Formats: sequence, structure tokens, C-alpha cells
Amino acid sequence: MAASASVRSSVGLTLRLSRVIPDCSKCPFNRLNSYFNGVAGLSKVDRFRTLNRHLQTSRGLYHSEESAGAEDPEEDAVNVVYIDRSGKRIPVKAKVGDNAMYLAHRHNIELEGACEASLACSTCHVYVNRDHFNKLPEPEEREDDMLDMAPALQENSRLSCQIILTQELDGIELTLPKVTRNFYVDGHVPKPH
Amino acid sequence: MSTHKGVLWKIRMLNIFLTSTRRVRITRLHGARGLGTSPAASCPKVCIVGGGPAGFYTAQHLVKTRPDVQVDIYERLPVPFGLVRFGVAPDHPEVKNVMNTFTQTAQHARCSFHGNVSVGKDVTVQELQEAYHAVVLSYGAEGNRTLGVPGEDLAGVHSAKDFVGWYNGLPTNRDLRPDLRCETAVILGQGNVALDVARILLSPVDILKNTDITQPALDTLAESSVRRVLIVGRRGPLQLACTIKELREMVNLPGTRPEMEASDFECIAKMLKVLPRPRKRLTELLLKVAVETPEETELERRNSAKRAWGFRFFRSPVEILPSDDLTRAAGIRLAVNRLEGEGEDVWAVTTGEVEDVECGLVISSIGYKSLPIDPAVPFDPRKHIIPNTMGRVQKCAAGLYCSGWVKRGPTGVIATTMNDSFDTARTLLHDMDEGTLDISTVKPGSAGVTTILEKRGVKPVLFSDWEKIDSEESKRGEARGKPREKLLDVGEMLKVAWT
Repeated sequence: MAASASVRSSVGLTLRLSRVIPDCSKCPFNRLNSYFNGVAGLSKVDRFRTLNRHLQTSRGLYHSEESAGAEDPEEDAVNVVYIDRSGKRIPVKAKVGDNAMYLAHRHNIELEGACEASLACSTCHVYVNRDHFNKLPEPEEREDDMLDMAPALQENSRLSCQIILTQELDGIELTLPKVTRNFYVDGHVPKPH
Repeated sequence: MSTHKGVLWKIRMLNIFLTSTRRVRITRLHGARGLGTSPAASCPKVCIVGGGPAGFYTAQHLVKTRPDVQVDIYERLPVPFGLVRFGVAPDHPEVKNVMNTFTQTAQHARCSFHGNVSVGKDVTVQELQEAYHAVVLSYGAEGNRTLGVPGEDLAGVHSAKDFVGWYNGLPTNRDLRPDLRCETAVILGQGNVALDVARILLSPVDILKNTDITQPALDTLAESSVRRVLIVGRRGPLQLACTIKELREMVNLPGTRPEMEASDFECIAKMLKVLPRPRKRLTELLLKVAVETPEETELERRNSAKRAWGFRFFRSPVEILPSDDLTRAAGIRLAVNRLEGEGEDVWAVTTGEVEDVECGLVISSIGYKSLPIDPAVPFDPRKHIIPNTMGRVQKCAAGLYCSGWVKRGPTGVIATTMNDSFDTARTLLHDMDEGTLDISTVKPGSAGVTTILEKRGVKPVLFSDWEKIDSEESKRGEARGKPREKLLDVGEMLKVAWT
């Protein structure tokens, strides 16, 4: 926390940062922070390329990109399948450490993320396939609170912005909930829920 | 090669850092960053009335789905974003992150924002329908439901809509000047807006001073005498309308302790088993706070807290009681209720008993309300919404749609409005595909509207003009350690916009 504060102030970020007590374990900045402190073994894992407005520190990201290198080793690859609202399966190759929501964004999958992974909305809600659901770490209370507000909540519901991909999650399938009350272009009318 | 990549990366990062402190997400929109070609004269043109979440999400879906549609958003105020700017509480800045998404939409090549244009006054809906192939009404709910009890007009009584507008810098509410020199405040209604008001009234000023709350509101709250806030609902704990996140925030609010009537919670614990998950978790937390004996540290914390809050259930307002000189509110008379009905369908019935509570501030948080803005648009005077089927306005010619609160009624969070707006966009696109909506003619679009506005002496505020306001507010905020210091006056906004 202190280290990240000093990095922030060193590039003159304004105090626009949220006053809500930050959950450092979930903040992507924390991983960069750890790298910045020279913690061994994290350099290959820190592939967090997606920019977040709290991450306006060219120094930190520069380090991350430098460490990425031209080729990504196969051991880091995680296969993810997104199932969109029309039922289409979209396989995606991800890396260990990727965030499931930003990964979807990078592949133009129709998943919103209104609050930008800060546990203040439920727009990145997905269903996780049974086999992998149990492998995910327990949701923290704040995630459960936001999930409570998601329409069509199921037992295997999670917020995708809280899913960080690991080797163990290889083959995970994330289904986008059908929340529309509208009819589809082909005339199919979903049952109301 | 990696050196070259590294240099390009550094330049790009530096550029982003220098030019914008906010816009960062890698865009997913087709033709973003101004790389799309300018719209052809014959492309389908859609006009959206209202620059809040409903308007922006409808625009986003249209622009993303059809590569030829041009969308123009008209907004009455010079500033965009609606309730995200004026409704979301200052201490919920993460919820406002959605403005970044809206900014990307506004900056898209096939989308444009026109602020300072009042539809219904500066330009009629009929004129918009002549200029565009489709018009989507997304103007939300600017009114509020009234209590309909004597004393509602006394000084010291405000709608939550006005109170929230006041601390969030809505120009219409700039001069509200609520009097906070009383000890007890009563809030009628128990939804998230009511909890927001309670939390802002009781939050330590040290927490609020680094948010985007307006300076006048901060100064007033710093001098506030309010020490006790009662949040009143006509039904019981199982009908509590707020969500768990907001309840948790009240429970954890520094310097405050909860004060509830244990008798309100008889028979609740045994109902827990059959409740659906969201209601179950909410009720569990409520019971824990209201009924369970707290452990040592929590007990100490509560005993040393100087401010208190609590829910009062089974109470409906009957009259707001005046002070001796009959000018201000000095108390409220509440009818005591009991419940009838079963399961989800439960309603309050008065028992005949009444109870008087002394208070100097009454905030009624019983719902926002949409208003009709143009006689040409059908409006349901009972439900206060525009009559529609899946977003297609009924009882009028084709080409009129609606999304957001004006379509469904004023409930739900941003995510609800998002899904609803996507629904309307899908209906509209479906109509275009099927030919129900005729897009074969050439329409003038914003060029046509600009001509009308010029004749009437109305000058729109473009998105790049808003960015000047945004920049000025951020600059003023930085001086005070706040994310922004909002401009409170439309005249000042326009001055900054057009420098």
C-alpha cells in the first residue's frame, strides 16, 4: 500500500482515487507493485496489459512490458471458452494472470464492465461451468453483495472481473446470461424470468 | 525489436498520460478513435433524447451493432451523464467509472453529443422525427412522487431527489439550502436513495471532503447538528427495499451506531430458510445488526458513537407537524401499520394507532417520477411512463422508441438500465431489418436540427466543449484534494464550454 502510494505520487496523479478502502489483493496494481519491488517469480505472470485509469504510471507498465518478451511460453497458456448470448462458443487463448472480463473485452465478446472491475456493479456477470466453478477461490463478501443484484442469478454465477486465470482453470467455460426480455432477430421469444 | 517496441510503448504511455487522465480502456467499438469514415448522407440516423445512462447505452448498442447507423444524443444540460453525475453518491466513485464507457461512445465517429438543447422547448419531438429515421426517448425521471399529507410544504421538508441533487451539484437544486440545525432527521422510504441520504447526513466530514460532493454541501454538512436519522418504511423487514451493499455501508459507518426496535423483528428469523439468496443475505445482516448482542469491541464502538441511525418499520406518514410559529417542520405523525397478504404480495394496513416523532428535517424518498415533455408523445398519467411494447412507443406513428426509466419506471441500478437500453436498441434494429422502420429515405439528421436551433438562438454544447468543463472541474478539484469541484451554474458551464 505504501509503495503503491509513493509510485502514484511520483507521477503526480490527482487525488481522484476512491476513498473506499481498497482491496489490495484484488487490485491489478498490486501485482505490478509486487513486481516493482522486485519480488522474484512474478515477472512472467504479470501480463496485465489492460490499462486502468488508476494505473497511469508509465514507469510501472514499462517494466511490465519489457519483461513480457516477444514469445510467450506455452506453459502460460490457459484455454477459455466464452459462450455468448446466442449460444455460440468462442474459444480464446489466454495467459496465466489474465482477468476474465478484460480478456473478453480484448476479444470483442459482448460482456460489459461498467465499474471497471471495482465491485460496484454486476454487469460482468457470467455462469461458470460446474467442473471449474469449484476450482475458483471463494468470492469475497463484496462480490457476493454485487452478485445479489444480478438478474438471473444462479448457483454457478460469478463476476468475471474477479476471475483471474490460472493453469488449474484451463478449459473453463464462461456463459453470458440471457437477460433480455426482447425477442431475438430470428423470432425466438425467451420465457420471462 | 524489443527496444523499438519499448520506445513506441513509452511514447504511447507518455502521450496517454499527458493528454488524458481518464480515457484508458482499450476500445471495443467499431471505428473508434475517429478512424471510421464520416457518415454517408443516406445512412440510417437515430436521435436520442437524454444524455444519461439510458441514452448512452442505447447509443452504444446501436453504433456497435450496425456499421452504418449515425446516433446523435441531445441533452438539456450542458453536461452529460445524467444521474451518474447527479444521482450516484459522492462516496461511490467506482460506480461512476461507467462514464469512461460513455465517453468512448460519445467520441465514436458515428456518435455525437449535443448538450444545452431542451427537447420539447428548443426543438419539438415532431421536428426530430422529421430530421431522423428514429427517435429514442431516454430522458428519465425529473420529478418525484409526493406524500400527499398536510405539512408537506413546510420548511424543512425536502424530496430526496432535491436533497441528492443539492449535494451532487444539480443546477436546479443549487439554492436548496437545507437547514441541518436539528437533532433528528426522518427519511420516508427505505430504498438505496434513502440510505444514500442517511449516509451523507451521518458520514464524518473527513470522509466526504475528498469526494466530488459540492463545496457548499460539504460546508453545510460540516456545521450540521443532525445526530439521529430514522429511515421509515410502511411495511416490514422482509420488504426492505435497499440492497445489501448500502446496508453494510450504514452498519460500518464510522462514528455511528444502529438503533432498531427488536419487536419489529419477531417471526423474521424463522423465515430465513425459504428466502431467495439476495433477500436471505440482506435479512441475515439486518437481523445481526438489529437483534444480536454485539461482541466486546463492537459494543464499545457503539457506546462511543455520537451519531445513530435506525430503520422504523410498519409506519406511514399522516401529517408533518409544524413548529409553534407554523413555519417549519417540528415533527411527524406516523400511522402504525400491520401487514396483510402472503409471500411476495404483502401490503400495509393502518391499525388506527398513531405515533409522533420529533424532528426538524423530513426527506421523502418514495420514488422519482417521469414527466411528459412534449404533447406529441403519448404518456401514461397513471404509471408516469411512456406506453410502449419492448421499447416501441405505442399509440403513435412508427419511429418513436423509449429506454430507461421513462420506459420502465424509476427503479433499478445502472446495470438494469443498461440491459433495458440494449433491449430497446435491439427492437429498433429489428424494426430496421424487417422494414417496419423505413430507413430508405434520406434524412438531414443533426444538420437539420442545427438549422432549427440556430434560428431559435440555441447553441449546442459539443462533447469537446464538455471536455473543457470536465477539465476545469478537475483542475478546481485538485486544488482541494477532490476528484472534481463541480460547476453549479449553467451560465458558468456555458462560459467555460465556449471559451
